[in-house]
Amino acid sequence: MRIVPFLVSATVTAGLVFTLNIQLKLGATKAPRLGYFLSPQHGFWKNAEKVNTNFDATILANDLKGEVDVYMDDRLVPHIYADNDEDAYYVQGYLHAKYRLWQMDFQTRVAAGRLSEVAGADKLSIDRFFRRLGMVYGPERTEEYINANNPVMKATVDAYTAGVNAYLKQLAPEDLPFEYKLMNFEPENWTPKKTYLFLMFMSYDLTGRSASADLQLTNTRDYLGYDLFDQLYTNQQDSLDPIIPIGTAYADPSIVPIKPLQSDMAYLKKTPNVDIAKVVETPEAPDPNNGSNNWAVSGSMTKSGRPIVCSDPHLGLNLPSLWYEVQITTPSHSTYGASFPGSPAVIIGFNDSLAWGVTNAGRDVLDYYELKFKDTTQNEYWYNGAWKSVTKRVEVIKVKDSADVIENIAMSHWGPVMFDAYYQNPQSNGRNLAVKWTAHNPSTGVETFYQLNRAKNIDDYSKAIQLWKCPGQNFVVATKSGDIAIKQQGDFVARWDRQGDFIMPGEDSSYDWQGIIPFEENPMILNPARGFVSSANQKSTDASYPYYLGTASSFPLYRGISVNKQLSGMTQVTAQDMQALQTNNYNVFAEQARPALMKLVDMNRLSKEAQRMVQTMSQWNLYNHPSEKGITIFKLIWDSVENAVWGDELAGSIIPLTKPESFVLLEQMNRDSNFSVADDIRTKGKVESLKEQVLLGIEKATEKCLELEKENKLSWEAFKATRVLHLTKIPALSRLNLPIGGGVNIINATGENHGPSWRMVVHLTDEIEAYGLYPGGQSGNPGSPYYDSFVDYWAAGKYYRLLFLPKEKLKQHERTKWHIQFKKAVA
Amino acid sequence: MKFILSILLVALVTFAVGIYGNLPWWSFTVTNLIIAIALPIKPLQAFVAGALGVGALWAGLAFGIDMANNHILSSKVAQILPLGGSYIALIVITALVGALLGGLASLTGSFVRKPEIK
Repeated sequence: MRIVPFLVSATVTAGLVFTLNIQLKLGATKAPRLGYFLSPQHGFWKNAEKVNTNFDATILANDLKGEVDVYMDDRLVPHIYADNDEDAYYVQGYLHAKYRLWQMDFQTRVAAGRLSEVAGADKLSIDRFFRRLGMVYGPERTEEYINANNPVMKATVDAYTAGVNAYLKQLAPEDLPFEYKLMNFEPENWTPKKTYLFLMFMSYDLTGRSASADLQLTNTRDYLGYDLFDQLYTNQQDSLDPIIPIGTAYADPSIVPIKPLQSDMAYLKKTPNVDIAKVVETPEAPDPNNGSNNWAVSGSMTKSGRPIVCSDPHLGLNLPSLWYEVQITTPSHSTYGASFPGSPAVIIGFNDSLAWGVTNAGRDVLDYYELKFKDTTQNEYWYNGAWKSVTKRVEVIKVKDSADVIENIAMSHWGPVMFDAYYQNPQSNGRNLAVKWTAHNPSTGVETFYQLNRAKNIDDYSKAIQLWKCPGQNFVVATKSGDIAIKQQGDFVARWDRQGDFIMPGEDSSYDWQGIIPFEENPMILNPARGFVSSANQKSTDASYPYYLGTASSFPLYRGISVNKQLSGMTQVTAQDMQALQTNNYNVFAEQARPALMKLVDMNRLSKEAQRMVQTMSQWNLYNHPSEKGITIFKLIWDSVENAVWGDELAGSIIPLTKPESFVLLEQMNRDSNFSVADDIRTKGKVESLKEQVLLGIEKATEKCLELEKENKLSWEAFKATRVLHLTKIPALSRLNLPIGGGVNIINATGENHGPSWRMVVHLTDEIEAYGLYPGGQSGNPGSPYYDSFVDYWAAGKYYRLLFLPKEKLKQHERTKWHIQFKKAVA
Repeated sequence: MKFILSILLVALVTFAVGIYGNLPWWSFTVTNLIIAIALPIKPLQAFVAGALGVGALWAGLAFGIDMANNHILSSKVAQILPLGGSYIALIVITALVGALLGGLASLTGSFVRKPEIK
């Protein structure tokens, strides 16, 4: 034996194996374990799916009560036919795991504040944010509640959980989804709590904006003083076209919330707090455009005489998609629609009697209360004239390659103390703040969908949504028998004017919530004379509704105007007309704002280039089509004018403040173009009129337009560059620069990384005629041809006809490709 | 003859220990070492045999998978790694990593026994 060469060679080999078996640094992130990742029998190559994969399979599952047949159509949509409900949810769980395992696992880890467990200490501040907000506390209470009170839901979620885990159990290590190999972690067993965590995350996504908005509004009010604040962040919307038509009468309220004495002094006009907090990273606040459209037209408006339901939820556009299409058929019901990988049942869809859709209500259900602690132990806080004790909730955050981090969260009677001496961000500004949020309460949301899946008529629909608490939604419905309805439902706080828009004093019980508005008093219309019902996240009612709805900034104004305006004139409506409406690019905001702006433009005082830009903008056809340049110029000019008008008022603050909503300036222009806020307060001894600010804004915008023109990026699609991002944001796994129009204020609400995440049109004819798609694909595997197979079709505004058929018909349908059979192993 | 046999044996055994995903991905380095001890050849020959056996196997497997996949995944991974999106470069890198480790493991084994001179 040649000892020296042997030792040298052995050391080099072992060293190389070691190096290729750890995660090396790759730029700002970590590379996968390269040897493992590249090994064709272990690593990513195993995820490269054959393009002509045969998905036929027989799966032996002893947990089943009966047999289940799943037929997969050519788009890889499973049609589940089960002997009983629990088996159906078992198989739904199995299929969610088979096609979307990493996404379900990853998203629920994020929701649970466990990101640093797999991604390292960099993500610790995001985990701390979610833990302290009570993202684990809420689902824990939901799980306890359902286990104790709701055996049917427990069985449903348990069956779903068992299905996910059955898939995990047979999953060979080399078949782990791609992202596990890339990020180097492993899946863990599913639990019912993970389902509740997932639904909690939806509550955060749709109502959690208050967690930053309430702080921003408070800081802005402190900075500007209430009177100027109330002018710039007004709750008055002159052009509002609410969900419930104007003039509808409301019954007297059963709760009349009483405004605390002296709240004008103590609450609205508090003196500014000047402490400056140190900066920590918090998760991106939920997108302010998280919204949606839905509407139903009655048979009186349609060609067929049958109603049509449309629903398109606007959410972040991600791969793998939030949605997974599925048909579930059991002896008790037959339903089709978009489901959440992570939860049983169909979330937005239809059954053989009716169709339903949802949009976000946008109501404020999260408030902050400021606490005064007795001392640094934070064991007692001042409340109603005495010291009151907290309990401490201990949460352990595991951190990859690092020691555990312990959060001792003080639990006040308001809720968890999110911000205190141990946790601050720039907006919390040194305060001790407890969170009170309806999402902390036990949720019966799963049952709402469970019942909607089975609903046969308006009564069933009503019973189903009565269980819905958070996030508040506008539930639209139409039945085969011809009813249409919409109701805003959730646990909504009966508030006095402006209650909870700002941080409230936590030492005084008179600032507490005085009740939840009863179900019967939440806004609803059934079969209105105008022949349609609709919602697009605008305020649900006019000012005659007896409860305070919340700040106007929570309610986008123009999409609703657009939807109602378009629907109002329609007759002989077909499903194709409804598809055209969902993808409509008309800009009703620009329709109003352009003339208001042009009235103030003195062309002679503009530079040559600015004149050219203004001309292009004036000739624009008001459609946000992909190739239009006028919309890009309009947007840049409008934003620039807003900055000129508001920028000076907000510029002096160290804490980041938010800009007033666009409607404020537009409605102000229409009321009176000589308003005082237009003046730049930084130029002493000179008063700028709105006209001056408009000229200034246009010249500034022109510079940007010329730059874009040079780069050939002035067209709307190039400027907007819509993208569907992989959940890790890795560009190679995403779809970038999609040729699609639309945008904010447009019915086709497609922004940069945000928009119609599922488009559905359901015509309630005897054999249901349904269309839909989402910007993704049924497989979550980036190595599958089904990973992004709907994206181009979606961008082009096209639809798939959805197959919703009884077993015998579907089995023989030309679009049915594969059969997966689930049965008990023979003992 | 032993050289050719070594290549084939390396490829075969590497494939065999790779089937069971529960074994670590680097199991072939151990089997290469054992093969080189059992079938002693000159160090340089052993290195080439180990490198060719693993390298060709990995190249072949990757190539076959990639063809059946229409380069869907490889062109994405070749942007992440970063190889300019070239699936060919990714297959080459895969093969080189396998070849280098396979070669070194076999080389190490070849130092254990002196090859018999015929």
